[in-house]
Amino acid sequence: MASVTDAELKGMTQEDRVKALGMTTDQLTGRSMYIEFDPDATERFAYPWAPDVDFNKRTELDCDGMTATEVNANIRSLMEDGFGTIVIKNPRGMHSLGVGILNKLNLIIEGSTGYFAVGLIDGPNVRINGRVGWSCGENMMSGTVMIEKNAGSTFGAAIRGGDLVCRGSVGSRTGIDQKGGTIIVGGDTGALSGFMMQRGRMVVCGNAGKNLGDSMYDGTIFVGGEIKSLGVDAVEAELTELDQAWLTRKLTQFGLMPEKGVAHFTKIVAGKQLWNYDNLEPNEKKLIL
Amino acid sequence: MCGIAGIIHRGKSSNVGGEMTAMLQALKHRGPDSTGYAVYRENGEDYVMRVKIAEAEDMGRGRGIHAVLEERMAKVDEILAEHGANVKQKERVRPYALRYVLTHDGNTGEMAEHIEEIDDVEILSLGNGLELIKDLGDASVVAEAYGLDDFQGTHGIGHTRMATESDVDIKSAHPYWAFPYNDVSVVHNGQITNYWIMRREMERKGHRFMSNCDSELLAVYTAHNLANGIPLEESLRRSIEEIDGVFTYLVCTKDQLGMAKDTMAAKPLVLYESDDLIAMASEEVAIRAILPHEIDTTDPYDEEVRVWQA
Repeated sequence: MASVTDAELKGMTQEDRVKALGMTTDQLTGRSMYIEFDPDATERFAYPWAPDVDFNKRTELDCDGMTATEVNANIRSLMEDGFGTIVIKNPRGMHSLGVGILNKLNLIIEGSTGYFAVGLIDGPNVRINGRVGWSCGENMMSGTVMIEKNAGSTFGAAIRGGDLVCRGSVGSRTGIDQKGGTIIVGGDTGALSGFMMQRGRMVVCGNAGKNLGDSMYDGTIFVGGEIKSLGVDAVEAELTELDQAWLTRKLTQFGLMPEKGVAHFTKIVAGKQLWNYDNLEPNEKKLIL
Repeated sequence: MCGIAGIIHRGKSSNVGGEMTAMLQALKHRGPDSTGYAVYRENGEDYVMRVKIAEAEDMGRGRGIHAVLEERMAKVDEILAEHGANVKQKERVRPYALRYVLTHDGNTGEMAEHIEEIDDVEILSLGNGLELIKDLGDASVVAEAYGLDDFQGTHGIGHTRMATESDVDIKSAHPYWAFPYNDVSVVHNGQITNYWIMRREMERKGHRFMSNCDSELLAVYTAHNLANGIPLEESLRRSIEEIDGVFTYLVCTKDQLGMAKDTMAAKPLVLYESDDLIAMASEEVAIRAILPHEIDTTDPYDEEVRVWQA
């Protein structure tokens, strides 16, 4: 990334700071927007203090007998030492594992985690071989998280970016308050998924529970199976060729492409009757988002 | 917040007391105020009755309390004799906690009601399999005080309580025995918003409440349904329709364990099922406390009801 110091950042305007950090400078036009970071970009977003890690430098960290705070402090310390691939052993349902990692990193968690796994992350690629509890990936900003088994409720709550993928089924309120990024569920999702969703995309390969997309402001939900019921102001929209191409690309990428393709998916968007969202001034919109 | 946990072994006994202690201790952060167990041994001929003759905090009210407790204990013994109960074993586990093993051929409900006419005396449980223990402190404290670490049984439920709408005392702690129906107990995580309406309805039907804790309603409601011939699974389903609020609760009978989750699925439960063991808890960390190896777990969905047989 372009070298920029903390002091320089502090002296900049908000707009210049955003540009200096390599972030998008899109204007809030009020229309549906989807913003992806370009994976091929030579210059990626990174924090000035982020340690330079080597993905080929690998180590293991056994959680047995450690608190979550100690495990997370150890992850930071290992990144400072340049380790780019860290394998977490024996998590045994521990809460808050791998939270707040603002750096590129290959994090492999061998086992299951409790609440808030890898929340608030910005950049790492995470693979969790077990199940995750409530609020996995909450507020994640970028990176990729792949869960091999099931997930609890509020999966991907308020995520802003990145890909959050669960091969199994997830609980209720998946993607509540989603503000960007992509959530993919290989199995089913529970009630009130996409509740108050604002941006981004959610893909559910299996069935969706009742009140799907309730009070969603924006964003798109794709469901491959049955939808028990739609929530207030959630409406079905036409599945376009572009949608199908995107679904095919994403699901293939994560090994979740259905044998019968994606043409049967149902697309759900906001009816925008509840909240006159498009007429808000940009500053008001920023407050909401 | 509160934490709940349950375990049921299919077709065999195990160290249910030790397993529940490990699970509840792992949930201590969800509720440090009190801990309770409803554990079930294989049904025998004898009844086991757990009685509370005072609150833990009463013990600090001067030396006179000891004489009062002796008096209450003597009254309990007197009533048991009056109803023809043959007390085979009597244990004073704590100054305010009694455990009786007895035989009785008459109506245990009438006997229980008579005993509870004694001021500040509450029967925590009565049945052929159930033993209900609850007290202040975390699971390790309660298990040690009541000798639960080697309790052999088929199934059990437990609770770690964070007091919100009622006091930090034993009568507000979970589980609740479904008075006066033998061997039925309930633990609950959530809030019941039509508590007073439902409570008045139950009181009109003749049921008694010992606390102002909304969770007690679930025990009374379940007991009422079971007494009217409604199977446990149907009672759980009806509760989702008739009881408002956010809740996940577990119910045990002498040979069953059931669960119900409200229409919003707002309260957590993680479930593990195998051929010979079912374990569930508010958080996976509790299940991992007894099953440290890698397992598959799921979250029950909204309005989900399940019942397992021992």
